[in-house]
Amino acid sequence: MAGFGPRSDTAHGRGSAPGFRFTLYALAAIALMVLDHRMHWIEHVRFGLQGLTYPVEVALNSPVRAWHSLKDDFTARRQLERENRRLRTQVRDLRIRTLRLAALKRQYAELIGLKKAVPPIATRWLPAGIVDIQLNRLRQRILIDRGTENGVFRNQPVFDDYGIVGQTMQVGPWSADVLLITDPQSDVPVQIERTGLRTIAVGTGAPDTIALPYLPANANVRVGDVLVTSGLGGVFPAGYPVARVTRIRPTDVQPMSRVLAKPFAHLQTDREVMLIWFRPGAPGKPHGPVRTGVRGAQPLPAPARPAPAASAKAAPAISPTQRP
Amino acid sequence: MTASPRIAIVKTVLIALVLTLVPLPSWLAIVRPDFVVLTVLYWSIEEPRSGGIGLGWICGLILDAFQGPLLGEHALAVALVAYLGVREHQRIRTKPLLQQSLVVFAVLTLYEFVLWAIDGWSGHPLTTALRWVPALTGALLWPLVAPLLGRSYRRRR
Repeated sequence: MAGFGPRSDTAHGRGSAPGFRFTLYALAAIALMVLDHRMHWIEHVRFGLQGLTYPVEVALNSPVRAWHSLKDDFTARRQLERENRRLRTQVRDLRIRTLRLAALKRQYAELIGLKKAVPPIATRWLPAGIVDIQLNRLRQRILIDRGTENGVFRNQPVFDDYGIVGQTMQVGPWSADVLLITDPQSDVPVQIERTGLRTIAVGTGAPDTIALPYLPANANVRVGDVLVTSGLGGVFPAGYPVARVTRIRPTDVQPMSRVLAKPFAHLQTDREVMLIWFRPGAPGKPHGPVRTGVRGAQPLPAPARPAPAASAKAAPAISPTQRP
Repeated sequence: MTASPRIAIVKTVLIALVLTLVPLPSWLAIVRPDFVVLTVLYWSIEEPRSGGIGLGWICGLILDAFQGPLLGEHALAVALVAYLGVREHQRIRTKPLLQQSLVVFAVLTLYEFVLWAIDGWSGHPLTTALRWVPALTGALLWPLVAPLLGRSYRRRR
């Protein structure tokens, strides 16, 4: 096998020796890395790059989408009817629960005499389609088709119908990167619903497992315990379901036990997620009338922009936008 | 030389980029080799004057734009691969394909190592053994990829 021993031949390439040229390029790359790591102006470069790469990613993903829509087209009618019936009951159920929640909230606020102490709830949500699932090198991320044009901001919570999905990271003009809660870089401040014990849930890199590495071995936790967001950290609103504890492995050596949990969110099968605005003063709070795009007409290289005033008057914002 | 091989280089790099970015089922995505790196390495060996370090740097930057946690990370790693290819092109070119594959394996492992080290320094550690798999699959695919790339452009000798 040819080793990379001392050079025996003369200079190649254009003009200068390859070693010199490599040094120059390596320095340029290192400078870029340092700037990207430390500075903020490189964010603008990334913003532009994300705008450029988004159409490519949509194009590359289109065969998958075409396959899904074809499959949907051929779904049996009976299955649709069954699903429709199930969804209708689910909607009724949810509506009743929401009503009850609103009543409870009012009572609670009256009881403590602080109307403003009502815990933060989603003031607005926006559905977003998943354009690309990036499992490159085992990073658990997805790319969604909403960006700053839709008022999305960095570190915005992302949900699906069952629980927390993750938070936005790089936000481009029409797309955003979502860091899933199962990504090794993700930490979610959580609370064990049964006991109120607060800890941090960390991603493991496996698509259906998160871990609670900071629990002491004598912590009061059982298999089946529900983890909800604790509201600390300011990214996720408090009280939303995150995961259910599936396994507790005590270790003899360490004073910590290894607790694993399975996220409620269907991270592997979701094709649509929800972006949530829960603080009134959240950055990127959209100006003017809020519109949500009608889903199902995908792919959209440029999703619904905030409508001009005239058309907004003609077609007022439909639900699901504002919940008073 | 009649025509410049640049057109062939651009074409094959684009194809490699598409192969790198097209969504695959997750088990297939784990074994997916770094097609762009293989392409850059091939051109660095076969056409060190047209391909080479600049090509590697730009390809790496494109990879960073799509999937890097840090701008410049892949640029450095791919430029290093191209540099090794250019520097040793005469030795590698004369070896039979299977021996070339061993060299490719060494280079790809070095490439993955550079990425791993930068990930660690920049605070994106990812310490699973699966990240080394593409180096192996890339080397295994080399005897197939190299002749395919060779067809895209043949220098008149």
